[in-house]
Amino acid sequence: MKRLPDRKGYFGIFGGRFVPETLVPALEELGIAYREASMDREFQRTLAILQKTYIGRPTPLYFAERLTEEIGGARIYLKREDLAHTGAHKINNALGQALLAKRMGKKRLIAETGAGQHGVATATGAALAGLSCEIYMGSEDIERQSLNVFRMRLLGATVTEVTEGSKTLKDAINEALRDWTANVRTTHYVLGTVFGPHPFPRMVRDFQSIIGTETKTQIVKAAGRLPDCLIACVGGGSNAIGLFHEFLKQSDIRMIGVEAGGKGIASGEHAARFAGGSVGIFQGCRSYLLQDENGNILGTHSVSAGLDYASVGPEHSFLRDAGRVEYTLATDEEALDAFALLSRSEGIIPALESAHAIAEAVKQAPKLSRDAIIIINLSGRGDKDVQHVARIKGVEW
Amino acid sequence: MSSISRTYKKILKKNGKAFIPYIMAGCPDMQRTSEIIRLLEDCGADMIELGVPFSDPLADGPTIQKASQRALEQGVTLSTVIDFVRHLRNQTRIPLILMTYYNPVSRYGDGRFVADASAAGVNGVIIPDLPPDEASDLIRRSKTAGFDTIFLLAPTSTEDRIKRVAKATTGFIYYVSITGITGSRLSLDPAIAEHIKNIRRFSDKPISIGFGITTPEEASTVARLADGVIVGSAIVKRVEDSDEHLKEYILSLRKAIQ
Repeated sequence: MKRLPDRKGYFGIFGGRFVPETLVPALEELGIAYREASMDREFQRTLAILQKTYIGRPTPLYFAERLTEEIGGARIYLKREDLAHTGAHKINNALGQALLAKRMGKKRLIAETGAGQHGVATATGAALAGLSCEIYMGSEDIERQSLNVFRMRLLGATVTEVTEGSKTLKDAINEALRDWTANVRTTHYVLGTVFGPHPFPRMVRDFQSIIGTETKTQIVKAAGRLPDCLIACVGGGSNAIGLFHEFLKQSDIRMIGVEAGGKGIASGEHAARFAGGSVGIFQGCRSYLLQDENGNILGTHSVSAGLDYASVGPEHSFLRDAGRVEYTLATDEEALDAFALLSRSEGIIPALESAHAIAEAVKQAPKLSRDAIIIINLSGRGDKDVQHVARIKGVEW
Repeated sequence: MSSISRTYKKILKKNGKAFIPYIMAGCPDMQRTSEIIRLLEDCGADMIELGVPFSDPLADGPTIQKASQRALEQGVTLSTVIDFVRHLRNQTRIPLILMTYYNPVSRYGDGRFVADASAAGVNGVIIPDLPPDEASDLIRRSKTAGFDTIFLLAPTSTEDRIKRVAKATTGFIYYVSITGITGSRLSLDPAIAEHIKNIRRFSDKPISIGFGITTPEEASTVARLADGVIVGSAIVKRVEDSDEHLKEYILSLRKAIQ
């Protein structure tokens, strides 16, 4: 497979740079700064040390024996990104971008957040790098992820509530882009996923691909061979790309991305861009998108704030149309069941986002033999979701 | 020569400046939009920018966001605005420029959009989230139709960007007065004059300035720096004022932009 994206940020027909002219020079500057930093040994050394001593990498690859027995079939391994500092894979990217912003001489970081994990990771990166920080978050997400709001404030960030539109992730991105447009000279926008205008999809992928490179070494050591199947949830798609990227050339390894099926495709209340969307241009790039016949963006729904988004990373759209990665969905109900299943069988409470990937493993593992290996990216821990799940289940709090 | 270019030529020949008001189609409703267009023309507007609503207007401030939301609630779409212009052409020849985002256009289809819009009497389009680098298809189709594609420059634009945008734009160059979104507070610093001078080094196309211009005093200062002035949010805020009040405001702008 050719090295993608191309110079204009395209993965086939997907990607590009669809932004107001005010931001174009900043994106060009970012692209150059990122390229320089990738070749700068000192920068890479600093990043590697912090990945080890601050994030706690490599994160373990864990054989989930009791889960495997409970489901039956293939052996299931969990890549424990939930054990990374701040409790999710988001820190891999946020730390990298915070160091890059500092190297570029920026004084301030801004970011959007849905589930709050990327907001927490960015606030953490800002604290570490000594930069000021403002996080945009939809009021609906603030409501369902209140623990993370408190964490961000504790870390010294300002959390700004977004009350426009659907009051979720897409509206937070609009506000972050507006802020960036006004403050682009002093501020770096830490986009949290493999989405948006070039060079973000590529840069975020690079920072996250450490997940896959570690996994490859670890599974060979643990099982003596490569896995048969990789599963990850897909909101914007950074944890999925992070796991998949290293394995893309191994054509015999099956890869499955799991979108948020919400209340089911027929209900219209979901965030399944591949099952229910079409190609469009939104928030900086061309990709699959949930839109109406006039090109307006549709509302989305998912029990998980981190997957509740109308579009998906352009590289995923490319991998999907190329037939390299399969995309499916898990409904709210399936995700909630998987959330309980992993908690009960392994003593690991997963993020509701990651629970979508577990739900797919529940469907796939029984079709495979005991010799087969499935690796799930356990992208985040579920502490942030406990209160929200209790509310859904009607448990007194 | 396009209708927009002809208009600039006429104005500049008389040492005048273009006054380009912006309104959102369908806010508060299409009937009012039609009335306001007539009012703007009566008050001496040279061209009119007609906003087409989009669900996620990321280059716009609160005023136009709200107007866009109201227009969407009226069921206004790109097709309804094109139809609207077709009917309007029985009444007025004033150049009309659509301003919208790329997804509605792309969904409609670049080629079909240019064909339908120009057939209806639309003279050009401004798409703030579509830099010329991504617009080669739209530019090519517009050229053959005599339809203008107007691109923007900003205070952050580098020399390389100025060259590229100045080459791609037709009709005029839209210079964004502030580093920010529409309706932000304007700061009339001397840098604007420097930027405009810099753009003139690379292009002899007309330049109009927009974003954040509210008072006649601001309009007058900005007019002296360029070939035209675009006023958006400040007018959108007043669309529900009485005709008398609105007229008074528009006339004060017209008087200032000379």
